[in-house]
Amino acid sequence: MSVLRMMTARRGGKGWHWTDVFTWAWLIMGLIVMFGPALWLVLSSFKTPAALAEFPPTILPYAAQTVSVTIDGQVKDLPLFTTTLDDGTVRQLAEVRRLGTMATMVDPANPTDSVKVNIQNRTPVRQIAFATSNYVDPLEKNNFGLYLWNSVFVTTMATIITLLTNSMAAFALSKYDFRGRNAVMLLIVATLMVPLSVNLVPLYSVISQLGLLDTLWGVILPTVATPTGVFLLRQYMLTIPDELIEAARMDKASEWQIYWRIVLPLTGPALAVLAIFSVVWRWNDFLWPLIVLSRKEVFTLQVGLNTFAGELNVQWHYILAMTVATMIPVIIVFVFLQKFITSGIASTGLK
Amino acid sequence: MTASPKPSIGAVLTAPIVWLARAADMPLRAWQRLTGRGGMIAFFLIPNMAVFGIFVIVPLVINFFYSVTGGTALFLSDRPFVGAEHFDRLLTCTDHFNPTTCREDMFWTAVWNTSKFVVLQVSAMTVVAMITALILNSKIPGKAFWRAVFFFPVLLSPVVVGLIWKWILQRQGLLNFALYELDMTQVNWLTERSWAFAATIGVSVWAHVGFYALILLAGLQAIPGDLYEAAEMDGTKPGRVFWRITLPLLYPNLLVVIVLSLIRAVQVFDEVFVLTSGGPGTATLYLTQYIYEVGFASVLRNPGLASAAALMMGGVLVVLTLLQLGLTRWRDRK
Repeated sequence: MSVLRMMTARRGGKGWHWTDVFTWAWLIMGLIVMFGPALWLVLSSFKTPAALAEFPPTILPYAAQTVSVTIDGQVKDLPLFTTTLDDGTVRQLAEVRRLGTMATMVDPANPTDSVKVNIQNRTPVRQIAFATSNYVDPLEKNNFGLYLWNSVFVTTMATIITLLTNSMAAFALSKYDFRGRNAVMLLIVATLMVPLSVNLVPLYSVISQLGLLDTLWGVILPTVATPTGVFLLRQYMLTIPDELIEAARMDKASEWQIYWRIVLPLTGPALAVLAIFSVVWRWNDFLWPLIVLSRKEVFTLQVGLNTFAGELNVQWHYILAMTVATMIPVIIVFVFLQKFITSGIASTGLK
Repeated sequence: MTASPKPSIGAVLTAPIVWLARAADMPLRAWQRLTGRGGMIAFFLIPNMAVFGIFVIVPLVINFFYSVTGGTALFLSDRPFVGAEHFDRLLTCTDHFNPTTCREDMFWTAVWNTSKFVVLQVSAMTVVAMITALILNSKIPGKAFWRAVFFFPVLLSPVVVGLIWKWILQRQGLLNFALYELDMTQVNWLTERSWAFAATIGVSVWAHVGFYALILLAGLQAIPGDLYEAAEMDGTKPGRVFWRITLPLLYPNLLVVIVLSLIRAVQVFDEVFVLTSGGPGTATLYLTQYIYEVGFASVLRNPGLASAAALMMGGVLVVLTLLQLGLTRWRDRK
């Protein structure tokens, strides 16, 4: 039931209206432009540095094929080439050594028989190969294992504290009538207007006074009191009937029990939405960790990745692999929880 | 309580939380007996409000102090009072349209760059989001798939977005390869001023358009279908249907989208910082980066000046946020 549905209805059931063409052109372009870059990143992340430096680039990751050849009793891994010999025959030969434009090649099956070939008359034999060392090396050698752990710690802790403090505040603001409730609500609305980018410098000084500079808690604590979180949960809790709470009170339940045994379980869907968003927000946070963290030992993945990419000697093969690694958790969240995310955005404008 | 023989994974994971919540009941019951319901309300509110207080309200107050004091010290008592000196330095220009005539030329470069960015990015974003939402709302096969295609970059981190595009836009990147295949002149996307500026707009639209398309899509789905049926029966032309039914009914959502994207565009930082670091020169230097540079990175670190600039940006954001809150309320009441 929409304009485009009407607009794209094929006139008289046959032929394409221009809007059909436009719709499909838009979708195909969208697929290429939105999805292409990410796909290209993933494919590139499996290429060796040599393959990455190639222009024009290949789509799939290729690596030169090598072959084990026994020469003078020693086993060596030699690169394999498709070689055109002087008599016009084409054979696959392995390169033993190269001097200038001339290379000494041998037949892998018969290593004693060597020929000299001009390098213009040969092309390397290549096969699809995934350079998994791009992923393993940075995790082992370049601290990325540590960055990963720091990011997991920040994300988990911030999300748990966000859910706890926001739901407690939302409970108080939705289920109790007390003097100053409107003032508190107003204060929370007001904090919406003070985004991080406005408070950078003074927040830094607060964190430094508290001795939290260069610590993960300095990254976690300023982020946990999200006004949107309190709003979302409060809206949801307002729909829980007060009779339930009255009944619990008659059964001598304490206020704390009412909170965690009655209200919290009934707020499940809203808590789930907030948890998903909190995980994505905290995993992706960049500006604030960039300011608070200056020692490598406490870097999160985002800061570590940015610093690594900014180094003088840009190692794209590692950067691309770590970029993929950084986006994997978010993609997993997206694939499995897409419904929660899209409905959360559509109904609350959360981001 | 019915005890199930095999506890689920969820039950195992939440077990410590349940245990803690149970353990907390005894002391809290005592607290409730001592202070009554009021004490419990305070207990529920205080953690959240303390975090707000310490990490939002206190910094905001300090922000004002910083903006009227000088020096590089962070501790307030070490900072001499300078009055409106920072604001004066930021605002003094012979010709405001020409940053080189300003006392703080970097600030005005950032202001004009940001203004251009905001206007172009928000218009591009709105148009692309609108078309995408209309198409996603039409009768196409595999709706969920197409929605995911346009939406997934929204969840990617700005660092990932910046690096993906840096890899594609670099001199020997995929885009230049495509131009090479098409026999067209290759472009140094990130080192030519106007191309780098255009790239920051394109990349930020790419990264966020799915979010706004989703809000508009929700708005489109809320338009009652009988309106379209009636229009169809009257034989109304599709273009007229769009201008007379869809657009007026989508208007509130459209305004919310525009204001939301304005608020975000004014603060643009992350992806651009990773993609161009504000370069080449100052071609993509935006306000938040200016504040960051002056407050933290630059050799001429000046927290007071950064605070003054941040407060001015904050003023713009307060107006925009009030507008957004008003509009959202107006939309939801409609």
